[in-house]
Amino acid sequence: MVPDGSPWTADSANRAGVERYARAYRYMLQARLLDEKLASLYRAGKIHGGVFLGRGQEALSVSIGLSLRRTDVFAPLIRDLAGRLAFGETPLDAARTALGSALGPMRGRDGNVHRGVPRRGLLPMISHLGAMIAVVNGVLFARRMKGVLDSVGVASIGDGATSTGSFHEALNQAAVERLPLVLVIANNQYAYSTPNERQFACAALVDKAPGYGVRGWSVDGTDLAACLHVLGEAVARARGGEGPQLVEARLLRLCGHGEHDDASYVDPRLKASPLGRDCLEVARQWLWDKEPGMRERLEQWRAEAQQAVEDAVAQAQREAGPDPYKEEWCALASREVAEPFTH
Amino acid sequence: MSVTYLEAIREAQARALAEDHRVFIYGQDVGKFGGAFKATKNLAEEFPGRVIDAPISEDAIIGLAVGAAIEGLRPIIEMQFADFSTVAFNQIVNQAATLYWRTGVPCPITVRLPFGGTSGSGPFHSQCLEAIYAHYPGLIVMTPATVEDAYSMLLAAVALDDPVIFCEHKLLYYHLKADALPSEALPVGKAALTREGRDLTIVAYSAMVHEALAVAEQLSGEGVEVEVVDLRTIKPIDTDTVVASVARTGRLLVVGESWPWGGVTAEVVARVSEEAFNLLDAPPMRLNAKDTPIPFHPSLWKAHRPTTESIGAAARKLLRL
Repeated sequence: MVPDGSPWTADSANRAGVERYARAYRYMLQARLLDEKLASLYRAGKIHGGVFLGRGQEALSVSIGLSLRRTDVFAPLIRDLAGRLAFGETPLDAARTALGSALGPMRGRDGNVHRGVPRRGLLPMISHLGAMIAVVNGVLFARRMKGVLDSVGVASIGDGATSTGSFHEALNQAAVERLPLVLVIANNQYAYSTPNERQFACAALVDKAPGYGVRGWSVDGTDLAACLHVLGEAVARARGGEGPQLVEARLLRLCGHGEHDDASYVDPRLKASPLGRDCLEVARQWLWDKEPGMRERLEQWRAEAQQAVEDAVAQAQREAGPDPYKEEWCALASREVAEPFTH
Repeated sequence: MSVTYLEAIREAQARALAEDHRVFIYGQDVGKFGGAFKATKNLAEEFPGRVIDAPISEDAIIGLAVGAAIEGLRPIIEMQFADFSTVAFNQIVNQAATLYWRTGVPCPITVRLPFGGTSGSGPFHSQCLEAIYAHYPGLIVMTPATVEDAYSMLLAAVALDDPVIFCEHKLLYYHLKADALPSEALPVGKAALTREGRDLTIVAYSAMVHEALAVAEQLSGEGVEVEVVDLRTIKPIDTDTVVASVARTGRLLVVGESWPWGGVTAEVVARVSEEAFNLLDAPPMRLNAKDTPIPFHPSLWKAHRPTTESIGAAARKLLRL
């Protein structure tokens, strides 16, 4: 049992298992390299719309994806590429959406981090992120009505979304219905440019949990082993019928809000603090130290991940964007009752 | 035996629950209590586990409905009052209304809005929000004016694969009666020619249809025959039926209970002006509520919304009587 707020170190990875740790690291690496590629394409003017990176959040994100079954539900936030990949999304889906391929899951109708495949349990976020929590509740609620009792849903939000009314309504709703929701807060210290002290006044966001009657977990988001352990426990307890779980992970966003943002407002003291360490580098070092033969494996993994990025991007770049003349321009599934606007 | 507008809504929900296992009802006080207006009376007992009380969280209520729809269920949501749906506005217009367009996954939810003014209800229990929802792509907006339509259109709403904003007028709940529930109905999106006439077309929807009919009766005694078109759905609007009526009468008055800026009446006038300008013998007119919040006191409330008197005066002006 993990006491709330307990400090976790890489030592706990002994329990999580080196292979599981390595598997998580590979998704993190894949996400980082794909993010970096998308950032460079953005800087080259080859991506329309924004690019939002998960830099610094990969350890938490991958732990969500690996703690869930593919039949579960995941509503990611904008920095969850690692978790998406671990949950089963392909680098190609990410590349297609970022590059505007008509073959991507959103067909050019929505972009970048808004992609998802609802029927596969990967919910496409709307920008009002707190609103996704209740949608996860709804999927879990419906599954329970249908007699499917072993599903868990994760809604992933940041520190900023905890200030929204949607957060309050949905967490309370999940608690009242005792739904198997795991609400993960990536507390990366800033909501866009707004620091935590202008966002909330409680000592820690996890302190909100008891007020809703849900269990709270606190974890060092830069520590992959700790994240794997805490997310694994929280998901298991939700699946086991213990009701909603709230996880707060403390970390620092190691990039701007989006690639348009130079993040000059981030306090240098935070960057120099333990929160500012790069979870990917910490994990890599841990593996390096763990086993003598790791050096070759790490190099091989990086090469494979880089190749996967290049393949996905090259394919998406070859594919055509959506054709406005072939677009139906109909927002209704019931086409027979759509307004016949002609211009 | 007779059935009220409210009973028709209750019966439609009972039938939807009985015939489709994917249907459930979620909203504030809808369970054992049977709803603030008793539109779900006894349904929780008849359909255990499928008529469920929600916390006072309109945003989360609609969010949950969208998630359930993704899972293939067909939720009916009762907003206790239409006015409170503004708390859920984000989930309705950004989540529910965009889901199909963005992902190809339909969002078959029915949001019941008890709407419209009743004397003494004041600014926050009286609003007519049909126009603001109709403005958004991805939503269907229904405004039944009759007992028969309340029943058949609610069943149609539940059967549709899109989010439907179902505006049921509180003023009609108890007073409007029919002999029996209908066995057939006009298709969704088709307006009804409620009264035939040759001199003036009044286009209305929901409770205003009955005000328009009263005006038509009055004017009939003066030798003027008014045609009344009940829009039934305000998204989509059945422009063809409206234009066909204007072709017969040459004069158009559009009446709505909501506020005057933009809205359904402006939309109808715009469409007729654009598509059938040469059929008009006089400038089209529109009549709405006053541009203030809805007043509490009965003497103010009666003057705020269109009445038989104000509609009659507008009709006479159009007819140069």
